[in-house]
Amino acid sequence: MERLSLNDLGLIIGISLMYAAPLMYTALGGVMSENSGVVNIGLEGMMTIGAFVGTTVAYFSGSPWLGFLMGGLAGGVLALLHAIACVSFAADQVVSGIAINFLGPGLALFLSRVFFDGATMTAPIPLQNKIPRPMNNLFTKGSFLDLVLNQYATVYLAFLLVFIVWFLLYKTKIGLRIRAVGEHPKAADTLGINVFRVKYLAVILSGVFAGLGGASMSIAVVSNFRATLISGQGFIALAAMIFGKWTPQGSMWACLLFGAAQGIVVYLGGTDIKVSSQILEMIPYVLTLIILMSFVGKATGPAANGVPYEKNEA
Amino acid sequence: MMKRNRLKFTIISILVGLLVGAFILLAVGFNPLEAYTIMIRGIFGKPKYISWTIIRSTPLILTGISVAFAFRTGLFNIGAEGQFIIGALVATLVGYFWNLPPVIHAIVAILMACLAAAIWAGLAGFLKAKFGVNEVITTIMLNWIALYLSNAIVFWDKFKRPNSEASQKILETASIRLPKGINFLGDFFRAPVNWGFIIAILVAILIRHILKNTTLGYQLRAVGFNSDAAEYGGIDVKKNIVISMAIAGALSGLAGAVHVLGVTEEVSVLAAMEGNGFDGIAVSLIAANSSIGCIFAGLLFGGLKYGGYKIQPAMGAPSEIISIVIGIIVFFISMPKLIEMLTTLRARRKRGGEIESK
Repeated sequence: MERLSLNDLGLIIGISLMYAAPLMYTALGGVMSENSGVVNIGLEGMMTIGAFVGTTVAYFSGSPWLGFLMGGLAGGVLALLHAIACVSFAADQVVSGIAINFLGPGLALFLSRVFFDGATMTAPIPLQNKIPRPMNNLFTKGSFLDLVLNQYATVYLAFLLVFIVWFLLYKTKIGLRIRAVGEHPKAADTLGINVFRVKYLAVILSGVFAGLGGASMSIAVVSNFRATLISGQGFIALAAMIFGKWTPQGSMWACLLFGAAQGIVVYLGGTDIKVSSQILEMIPYVLTLIILMSFVGKATGPAANGVPYEKNEA
Repeated sequence: MMKRNRLKFTIISILVGLLVGAFILLAVGFNPLEAYTIMIRGIFGKPKYISWTIIRSTPLILTGISVAFAFRTGLFNIGAEGQFIIGALVATLVGYFWNLPPVIHAIVAILMACLAAAIWAGLAGFLKAKFGVNEVITTIMLNWIALYLSNAIVFWDKFKRPNSEASQKILETASIRLPKGINFLGDFFRAPVNWGFIIAILVAILIRHILKNTTLGYQLRAVGFNSDAAEYGGIDVKKNIVISMAIAGALSGLAGAVHVLGVTEEVSVLAAMEGNGFDGIAVSLIAANSSIGCIFAGLLFGGLKYGGYKIQPAMGAPSEIISIVIGIIVFFISMPKLIEMLTTLRARRKRGGEIESK
């Protein structure tokens, strides 16, 4: 077996970061929603619609950033539905989330067929219209630093967003309110916090983040949307959020773990080490189960997570 | 909530779903009446279509019962997908490698598939009972592990069919298809009609019986209703969590087994999740977690999917409209409060009108 060179390591880290970023956005979405006490199993659907809208807008407008933002917006619109159901009509949050997971991919594929002559795959955006790489040509091509740092801008933004969400949740008044509403809505209500408005805000932001996650997949990692692009990543982000104990920084580490596994799979695929790629793909999930068993133990979310809040309840 | 009300909400939700679907079709320039006519003809137009609808619905009924059973006992089995994959895989392995007489071969293949999927899901139950790990996250992980495990085994050269992306076909003896050449009910038996649907109905009745009339069912429901109270009452909560997940797993595994032994006769390499388990979640929700209800919800779902698929070639309308319709149905089912408000509003207005007219 050949030895792992510095460049190989760079390749693995680089690919890990690239694959972790979409998960990070989406997991942060989960963090927002669930900290306000609304379970969001619909991340998958929000991510899918974001991926479709993102790349489609980027394709027609020629602007990847407009596509990226519109992807977020599309996720936010789906999340608004989730918020209306869960906050205003005391819906069963899991059920509403499942509905979102049918609506998101359904709408994405439906509209894809409408806009792209019956194809469930959107036309690829030209290379120069993809999200830029801010550190392109800064380092020697193929060197360690180039492999690690020459990332799409969305990767850097994902890390920035982790910080922003952390700051928002733990260092600002609105963050305190979101967490208060998630832990004990009645107490928050008594203190004059508008529980409904806070929940709406958190759930919509959650959809925006998930939409950005999807778009960061379809405008940066690849350059179009297809039926199998997201398939399941929203659920992995959901798992990462639970794994990260509902905190932005914890979720980030969990997403990096999933990304790293992907990086190793891609790396080993390029060597002559003959391991079934199917077995390799399995590793991150097995690893997660083992880690959950041995270190994390009981994962408990915000106290009032999943419980609809009804104001006039005695 | 009252049972009759619940049925009313479900029917209203289904109608709203179809209506919203019609508006969306109209908005992008398709005639919704034409689309729904094609769908209905696609389901009932020929006896063969009806049998295909039943065949397509069967796995959904079973995964629906699986999810419903877990829900009734307080667990969210998002892992029906993976349990289905394991069931299908094991049924194919047993169906291809073992040599057994007819009937017995099929029964053994089904039982082994159920057992394997029960262990698979039981693992999630065990992790929850022993380490307190949330079953949602473990079953999501197990879904992916099942998918890649199935692919890895299909790629195994003793099992893979050369020049294909699928496994070898099961032996004739393991098939649960009805014999060919039955000329009855027109072309009803031209489709791969099999015993799966009968099995699904029997299982629905059995599960209802277990939940309603047995000590085990009582204990499971008690744990689902209030696990602390159940524990105080002397019920072993941890044991019940494992049993509940194992039974739910066996049901999804059965779904995979009847699908293989009755229809596909092989397992293919999976590029992504096929959705049999996720659809089962929707079926269970439409059925309000009743196992008998899952038969009807599964038929509705299977019919929509099979009939809806036909609008694509016939009129070029995207068949994904069905996912949207199902999404809307489930969305409204999640909010009985909204439908309750709307119906009381109507009733009040009606009453108001009567008073005015006096």
